[in-house]
Amino acid sequence: MSARRWALHGALALLTAAAPFLLPALAVQLAMLWIMVTLALTWDTLGGQMGYNSFGNILFFGIGMYASAIVQVGLFHDVAAYTDPAGSGSLTFTPREYYLGLAAGLLAAPIAATLAALAFGALILGLRGPYFAIATLGLGIAGGEFAAAWGYVGGASGFLMPVFPGEFGRRALFFYALAASLGIATFAALRWLYGRRFGLALNAIRDDEDKAEALGLPTVRVKIAAWAVSAFFLGLAGAIFGNLNGLIEPREVAFSGATFGVWMVLMAILGGKGTMWGPVVGAVVFHVTKELFWTYLLGWQRVALGVLIVVIVLFFPLGILGHARRRWPETFRARVEGAA
Amino acid sequence: MSALLEVRGASKRFGGVVANEKISISVRAGEIVGLIGPNGSGKTTLFNSIAGTHQIDGGAIAFDGAEISRLRTVDIARLGLIRTYQTTRVFKQMTCVANLLAAAPAFGGGTPALLARPERAERARADEFLFFVGLADKRGMVAGELSFGQQKLLEFAMALMRRPRLLLLDEPTAGINPTLINALMDRMRRANAELGVTLLVIEHNMAVIMNLARRIYCLAHGELLAEGTPEDIRADPRVLDAYLGAR
Amino acid sequence: MPAPMTNLLLFLEAPALLVQVLLDGILIGAIYALAAYGMALVWGVMNIVNVVQGELVILGGYLAIMFSGLGVSAFLTVPLAAAALFALGWVMYAGVVFRVTGKDMFVSLLATFGLSILIAQLINQIWGADVRSLDAELGSWLILDSVVTISRARVAALAAALVLGAALVVFLRTSRLGRAIRATAQNARAARALGVDTDWVYAATYAINGAICGAAGALIAMIWVIHPFAGLVFTIRAFAIVILAGLGNLALVIAAALGLGAAENFVGFVLGAQFQGAFVFSLLVAILVWRSRRLARSRKVLR
Repeated sequence: MSARRWALHGALALLTAAAPFLLPALAVQLAMLWIMVTLALTWDTLGGQMGYNSFGNILFFGIGMYASAIVQVGLFHDVAAYTDPAGSGSLTFTPREYYLGLAAGLLAAPIAATLAALAFGALILGLRGPYFAIATLGLGIAGGEFAAAWGYVGGASGFLMPVFPGEFGRRALFFYALAASLGIATFAALRWLYGRRFGLALNAIRDDEDKAEALGLPTVRVKIAAWAVSAFFLGLAGAIFGNLNGLIEPREVAFSGATFGVWMVLMAILGGKGTMWGPVVGAVVFHVTKELFWTYLLGWQRVALGVLIVVIVLFFPLGILGHARRRWPETFRARVEGAA
Repeated sequence: MSALLEVRGASKRFGGVVANEKISISVRAGEIVGLIGPNGSGKTTLFNSIAGTHQIDGGAIAFDGAEISRLRTVDIARLGLIRTYQTTRVFKQMTCVANLLAAAPAFGGGTPALLARPERAERARADEFLFFVGLADKRGMVAGELSFGQQKLLEFAMALMRRPRLLLLDEPTAGINPTLINALMDRMRRANAELGVTLLVIEHNMAVIMNLARRIYCLAHGELLAEGTPEDIRADPRVLDAYLGAR
Repeated sequence: MPAPMTNLLLFLEAPALLVQVLLDGILIGAIYALAAYGMALVWGVMNIVNVVQGELVILGGYLAIMFSGLGVSAFLTVPLAAAALFALGWVMYAGVVFRVTGKDMFVSLLATFGLSILIAQLINQIWGADVRSLDAELGSWLILDSVVTISRARVAALAAALVLGAALVVFLRTSRLGRAIRATAQNARAARALGVDTDWVYAATYAINGAICGAAGALIAMIWVIHPFAGLVFTIRAFAIVILAGLGNLALVIAAALGLGAAENFVGFVLGAQFQGAFVFSLLVAILVWRSRRLARSRKVLR
């Protein structure tokens, strides 16, 4: 790694650590930014690196959220009694219970999400692009429907998460730290994976799956593993967001196909799909734009999302990073795979 | 010595069209065998049958003594039977060297192999094969930006990288700059002699195949018309008729 | 006893109820057949899996409700909605879809996914998120000792769907445009070489699909309820029917659609209507798995 690279990474690390202290009022927004980065990165694993559209990755976000909620509460109370609207107010958590539960929840969430990805992946990832894409469309809905109908976790009225025991200002910092760690860990893990043979296999599947098979690449195993990896980090993101948000609502928060589910696609293609930094850039640009200008759209935000996706796919398919790379190949040149 | 590839009475129909009718060919280890025939005579269909792209309707195909006609493409490839495509297929958004690394045999090695970086020896081999087919200076170039002929060479290098025992080449010289054809023939011979790769080659360029192959099979109208040495084939009036369409 | 069991036992006590549930489902299924046939048309001719299919259906329903509000009689809203969506289909093709025909399916999937969000949210913005329907005011017949009711609107919808489907088949078989469409579906390049303006054929195909969806949507609004985000499930239904029945066979499409309608209504009754979407999705996965297993035996993959 060159000195310039080190300097860049150092500056980014410093900025990451200092941001919530510099802008304490925005700490929650900054934590959200890291969640968004994670969402974009994990969508890109299939959508960008492997060439498979998944319109239902939100499923793993929701599964992670509910898994952690059930574990966090279930360790100390009866979940059904907790979610029962009649008598939930009396069940509380000591700080020790809270942190212990959260730790267990953050362990359970990625496991549950990964298992779901392995199961669904084994069912539908033997199939090619369009079949997978349409099948995933149903995943998020089905998840939301089950959660909304499942009284144990509060059904349609949702699940109120345990309250953070520390003082209010500390809460934002705490979740910022969690979300930032997740974003960085996701980036590092994916970058590590893409640099291995696994990454070569992903790209080979994207470019020509038949050819990859004719060369003996284990395509089905790679596809399922890739989905499981993205589900792992999505599950964690869901668990953190559930706690940050405080209330888990099945259709609008956990299996929120119309918001997070669409955003992750949009951010990845906006920044440049199939690149390492593209989803990060896309997430930052989208999140900042969203926070600054969203209110001016007066309810037309979600309509604008659809327009944006269409416009980017048609007119800006390389995304910000891909475009920059084409324009200034020296500055943004692709890392040559296999270069010593 | 027993045959490396033994096709016995393979038939393939598409709807009512008979693409291959009871074709039997055999290729011994170490040979270079040619497969010729006019357009539409069923050569590529036969390749697809051997490589597992589709199911044959009758007959048997054995590779190294084991029946492969029901195996999946991936598993056939793992046995060391690799094919190239008439239309040329490479990983177009990946660099040339990445194309070769993606073709490395290590991918058969399970999850730990998938999580490892390509080894130094593997990279060295990738570079050797790029040099071997004359694409060393295109190493970091995205494969989709290569000319058709260069992609054809890259595909050949990828197939060699996979360490095949039997390599099915579908028109390797089509689209190649004529001045480079002799060099490519030399590479095919070297792959055969130095790397021990058995070759079964579909070729339209008669000069190339007569020069390259020791034995040649000729298909016409989906049936095996003739087989023999290049001299036999050249002297066979049926082959000439088939090409001139005099049947 | 859990509710699903009680519901199942209800069928034993009153078999007529089972007839009712299945009949209702079959009558709705006819409309699924329309949406599926349109999707198969676009898929077969343009090689695009139209993710926005369900939203077009729902939009047709809202337009029908709008026309009805303007005083148009319920059954006239069907051709009106079809005409409006024919035009919209043409506009969508000229504005967006033509840019993704002939490209990698990855791109057209993303683009039509974007369109589906756009239209669903647009509907939500214009008409609100409430559940709506259109009362055709046709009443019902009572059969089997007045235990089973058959809504006349549903029967009319079934008839309309069959007539539309038949008309479409005749159109594709006999008309000039129909032949051009079929030629393009078989081999676009050859059709172009023979003087077929394939771009025009694509536009017409996409517009015709729009019209089919529009009619289907109007019929759905009459016999069921719609809401802005119901489109997704229609897309999945259409897709499930198409992969079960194949791209070319209308009779199979209708059979699969009626079967899906009946199965869905049955499950909806037993488990509760809130699980209907999840059931459709599970069924799709089951069909996909079954189809790919069968193909794998002859070394093929679904593509």
